Amino acid sequence: MKADPAGVLTGAHFIDGDHACCEGALAAGCRFSAGYPITPSTEVVERIAARFPHVGGMFIQMEDELAASIAILGAAWGGAKVLTVTSGPGFSLMMEHIGFAAMTETPCVFVDVQRAGPSTGLPTLPAQADMMQVRWGSHGDYGIIALSPNSPQECFNLTIEAFNLAETYRVPTFLMMDESVGHMTERVVIPAADEIEVVPRRYTSKPSGEYLPYEPEEDLVPAMVPVGRGYNVHVTGLTHDERGYPVMNAAAQDRLIRRLVDKIRKNARRIARYEESRIEGADVVVVSYGITSRVAMEGIRLARENGIKVGILRLVVVWPFPGWRIAELSGQIKAFVVPELNMGQMVLEVERYAAGRAKTHCVPHAGGTVHDPKEIATVIEEAVK
Amino acid sequence: MSMAEMEVPRNVVEEYLCMDRMPHMWCSGCGIGTTVNCFVRAIERSKIPRNKIAVVSGIGCTGRVAGYIATDSFHTTHGRAIPFATGLKLARPEMTVIVYSGDGDLIAIGGNHLIHGARRNIDLKIICINNFTYAMTGGQAGPTTPPGSISTTAPYGGFEQEFNLPYLAESSGAVYVARWTSFHVTQLTRAMAECLKKKGMTFLEIITPCPTLYGRRNRQGTGVDTMKMYREMSVVKHGADTKEAAIVPGKEILVGRFVDIDRPTFLDGYNKQMKSRLGERFPEYRGISEESDPLEQHGENEIEQ
Amino acid sequence: MSRTEVKIGGFGGQGVILTGLVLGKAAALYGGLNATMIQSFGPEARGSACSSQLVISDQEILYPYVRQPNILVAINQEAYTKFVPELAPDGLLLFEEDLVHVDERVGHRRARGIPATRIAEELGNRIVVNMVMLGFFSATTGLLREEAVREAVRVSVPRGTEELNLEAYGRGVEYGIRN
Repeated sequence: MKADPAGVLTGAHFIDGDHACCEGALAAGCRFSAGYPITPSTEVVERIAARFPHVGGMFIQMEDELAASIAILGAAWGGAKVLTVTSGPGFSLMMEHIGFAAMTETPCVFVDVQRAGPSTGLPTLPAQADMMQVRWGSHGDYGIIALSPNSPQECFNLTIEAFNLAETYRVPTFLMMDESVGHMTERVVIPAADEIEVVPRRYTSKPSGEYLPYEPEEDLVPAMVPVGRGYNVHVTGLTHDERGYPVMNAAAQDRLIRRLVDKIRKNARRIARYEESRIEGADVVVVSYGITSRVAMEGIRLARENGIKVGILRLVVVWPFPGWRIAELSGQIKAFVVPELNMGQMVLEVERYAAGRAKTHCVPHAGGTVHDPKEIATVIEEAVK
Repeated sequence: MSMAEMEVPRNVVEEYLCMDRMPHMWCSGCGIGTTVNCFVRAIERSKIPRNKIAVVSGIGCTGRVAGYIATDSFHTTHGRAIPFATGLKLARPEMTVIVYSGDGDLIAIGGNHLIHGARRNIDLKIICINNFTYAMTGGQAGPTTPPGSISTTAPYGGFEQEFNLPYLAESSGAVYVARWTSFHVTQLTRAMAECLKKKGMTFLEIITPCPTLYGRRNRQGTGVDTMKMYREMSVVKHGADTKEAAIVPGKEILVGRFVDIDRPTFLDGYNKQMKSRLGERFPEYRGISEESDPLEQHGENEIEQ
Repeated sequence: MSRTEVKIGGFGGQGVILTGLVLGKAAALYGGLNATMIQSFGPEARGSACSSQLVISDQEILYPYVRQPNILVAINQEAYTKFVPELAPDGLLLFEEDLVHVDERVGHRRARGIPATRIAEELGNRIVVNMVMLGFFSATTGLLREEAVREAVRVSVPRGTEELNLEAYGRGVEYGIRN
């Protein structure tokens, strides 16, 4: 289905990533957002607060991130496409409701404009150090989807994509921005509404007598019903059966959790998105995402000037991680180089799938700014030796 | 006439309960089931279509209420029933949204949400079962446990001052505040019906026995003994000053409708403010429209009213 | 045109961010170029040092930050003192000549001043000092087409103030050409 023109600001704009994210949400059909201000994500909710009333949407500023992260889930069950936006400390507070959303299969989008941590850290400066937290942060086993934009244009595009994936798989989906991309202003082209594909909610067409709220379809994802239709749907964070009723035993747990993990795992190749450049014949492949992928390109340019054959694999969807592609490449190249604004997170995945067939070099950075491209070039040059 | 043809008299409350989930998990002598009985009778009396009612609970013994009511129902996370219900209500303002939870859930871990929900005057019906303890986890002390009470985390007796819930709710902005005990089934059913009718955030405290944990450790005897105590100690005082409503063991329990005022709800305020600033550019907010609801045509799925 | 780095510094409230935004729009929306702007504020919203950093290029811009500006626009002394050491050796310094005392010892061969605040006051509102600086920038650097900058001014300033801002812009251009 196509986007509702009411929410689409078609044209060329010069806006930052935070504002572009809000426009992406509107284009995707998001009409409910609950938030709590926190640097450097606040501009997103400020724009939402200004824009939503014009298009029949609702923004409410809640008392904390715990409230914001579950108010959106209530609205999602009320039929809305929903989003909340936060950073660092707020993201930590939201973890329980990420688990609740995963367990209840509530479609929702979380935006994390990453800043340097832990704790209060550097509120106004960038990092990419929540990449493992987003995957594993809530207790228990579950799957999620996370995307990482590297420009304001991608903040727009990938916010729409995040909504589409959240609706398709009924899973909390994350836009892992960072302060740099959030506060960077560039040209953002917003297409006409009829050029924007949006995925509507998966509603059942079964009548209430035949409908089971947690009976999966072929792709392991169950269809929903809107509230207020007499289906008497029961939603619980407890382990539940297909009827949605709590069942307290290991067999029910195995059946449910295996499906929650598998609906992402088994659909991983369909969800994954990455871009490759000059991989053919490369000795070194840089694996990168978000703002660092742009900085890495500068580093790659410097290394190529010194005659090194180096390509890049840029992760657009970070989770699920395209491990199969790393495994394929690891037989063909000498080494992977993984720069990221953390002390080594996604590099662990690269290392795991390279499994010793290619060396893996981490280019850690504690955050606060981006890498010096020369630093990345140096590691690339070391890696071919 | 064969047995099959005989008219079996049906309990009116059954239609509103998930009978396939019975028996429920509450202990004998527990007061929660009694309040649920009152609640479904109040729903019936209110004439609100059943499919326009949603029940939201947090975690705990009372948190399980949502699972037994045959409406759309949500068993959320510990303490967060109010913000979940806030999102649901704002997305679907035509629904009557009831938050049914316990004192530990609503007042301790969820206390911040209670006061902000009341301040905003979100149109939610809060039903707070107060049994003075965390029962699901085995009887620990909470913010409503009276000083001197024995609990597993205050084995030598508690000493912290407890919350006076009607006073807390009123000062936070609730438009309707009442307290009854599970002994007062008639008054309680009437109060619940009043809440369902009232616009804005209503707060109903229900004092209930927990004979298994709180009662046993604090020499209240059986559930029946506790009910007798409620009958003897309760004093009905409508319009009482909520400051005077603190519960002191061995002293009288004030019950009644303490507060019943009117003020604009969150959505009233929202629509008025936006209209005044944006004029024609503001489409009045009436909830999220279901752009892709395929059930629009499925009229037969609607509950017959 | 290869990568050009521009830094604009002044007090918060002098329109530093707006100036960067106008230049960015002129390049990215009306000039057929790429532009990346990064803004940084001091701890307070007004009256403290703030700067906007802009990279303009006809190529794809990868590294987003300004490392060694080719052009520095200093609208107050603090911005001058703080940012002038970063300026590229052959870089161009544009400064508000009544507010910035240029240290002769630093010896930038390419430095040009303008009494932008005085010009803005002649127009009746010192708030347009940034537009005067912008006009001066356009005329002096030739980096962007004038029509592109004018269009960017038109769409960026508060409605109803377009004429005043464009007049201020024009005065800056004039000064740049004459001097």
